[in-house]
Amino acid sequence: MDFLSNIGRGAIGGLAYVGGLARLGGRAAWYTLIGPLRGKPLRLGRAVHQAMAVGVEALPILSVITFFIGLILALQGAYELRKFGALQFVASAVAISITRELGPLMTAIVVIGRSGSAFAAEIGTMKVTEEIDALTTMALNPVQFLVTPKFLAMILMMPCLTTWADMMGVFGGAVFGVTGASFTLGTYISATIDALLLRDIVSGLLKSVMFGVVITAVGCHEGFSTGAGSEQVGRSTTSAVVMSIFLVVVVDLIFTALFYALER
Amino acid sequence: MSPETTEAAVSVRDLRVRYGEREILHGISFDVLRGETLVILGGSGSGKSTLLRTLVGLERPSSGDIWIKGKNMCAMSDAELDDTRKRMGLSFQGGALFGSMTVGENVCLPLREHTQLEESTIQIIMRLKLEQVGLAGFESYMPSQLSGGMKKRAAVARAMAMDPEILFFDEPSAGLDPIIAAGVDNLILKLQKAFRMTIVVVTHELASAFLIADRMLLINKGDILAMGTKAEMQTSTHPRVRQFLDRIAEPEVEGEMDYLQMLTGEAHDRAL
Repeated sequence: MDFLSNIGRGAIGGLAYVGGLARLGGRAAWYTLIGPLRGKPLRLGRAVHQAMAVGVEALPILSVITFFIGLILALQGAYELRKFGALQFVASAVAISITRELGPLMTAIVVIGRSGSAFAAEIGTMKVTEEIDALTTMALNPVQFLVTPKFLAMILMMPCLTTWADMMGVFGGAVFGVTGASFTLGTYISATIDALLLRDIVSGLLKSVMFGVVITAVGCHEGFSTGAGSEQVGRSTTSAVVMSIFLVVVVDLIFTALFYALER
Repeated sequence: MSPETTEAAVSVRDLRVRYGEREILHGISFDVLRGETLVILGGSGSGKSTLLRTLVGLERPSSGDIWIKGKNMCAMSDAELDDTRKRMGLSFQGGALFGSMTVGENVCLPLREHTQLEESTIQIIMRLKLEQVGLAGFESYMPSQLSGGMKKRAAVARAMAMDPEILFFDEPSAGLDPIIAAGVDNLILKLQKAFRMTIVVVTHELASAFLIADRMLLINKGDILAMGTKAEMQTSTHPRVRQFLDRIAEPEVEGEMDYLQMLTGEAHDRAL
């Protein structure tokens, strides 16, 4: 019976966590969509500031990582394809796996490491130093003030970053295509364009938006649930990263299955 | 239904606050008079911080009323509560200045968010408030560049930005050396004399309490133990009040049975 009650407790805890994320996301959505109509202004300045930190400043590291991922995919794909003398399919293999899966996923991983953890640390520190309470006593809603700009920035920047990551991945593949297979840069690009359907790119971008929502919700939720004491901030940051990676993979699975069912 | 008289700025009636199963405040009632400085004294874990958090609307009470300007804070909607909060200022124990903004931006924030004032006017108010707390010229400093006493002063300036009717202080002299602490006390006295502000201070520093208070309130284990003027407190014969004011340590273990219970942990709830 102990075993069963542990399963039950775990399930309830997990559902409560997801419920907490949904409530936070819902309130942020309210302040984004309905709040401005009720005289609660959107903090576009803060959102732009966040977008810089989340998006623009992530470009160098994201470029390098996805470039390498594209190159690795091409090498791994070629290892199998050359047995069949089908090296010309490297371009399409890279293009499809980058745009549908690895572009959005690698972007999410980079953004979790850079921004999801930063959200949890920022809000957690503010919780410990009573800055969250200070916002409340100044009649400033912490969700409106802190979380909404982060959601806005993420929803905007994730598809942009993913598009860039897709390009860099394809470019990484092209480096192998040109040096290791019989492509020129031009033929590689046109082979990529021929292989891709619009829905490959769109499904990747849709996923990236969902990843952005998950990363922001988890990061901010972990920040707000920081207990007293500075060591708790470290704990929040760690669990924000672990939880985000886990939930991003879960969301990825759900959406990939959904697209698979829809695209038949 | 408001029991508020003309001279009461805040009336607390039968206030109870609980965290989960544990009741922290067991139904306390008092008035804060307009223009007075009320010091809430109490030991660690007495419930004085919870009382302060409830007064500024950070905790919702489980029952009881807090009347401010004829309105019951405990029955307010979130929007009404926000309107009430704009008329209060709270200076936090650690200052709680926003670390990502300069001192000046910290003071400007409530003005920018809640008023339609022009930026030039906001800048003038900000400099005025910083001057009042003795921090003129520090507006472009980051909070991390300030000492503990200066952070507290800056926090007071931010709390005063909206010209609140009531100013709350959480442990104003905690963690400060005696000279700086005296400076913060003087600041409170100055605010009281110059602006006739209603001030509520939560502290356990006796010297500071007797210097700034008009009236005092001693809280012990969630109940009001004594309330009165400085003179009334000093002449009190209540054993717990005397113990607190004369700084007599708690006897370590009262009896054999208590000691046994402590060891076995059976009377654990009583200790809370």
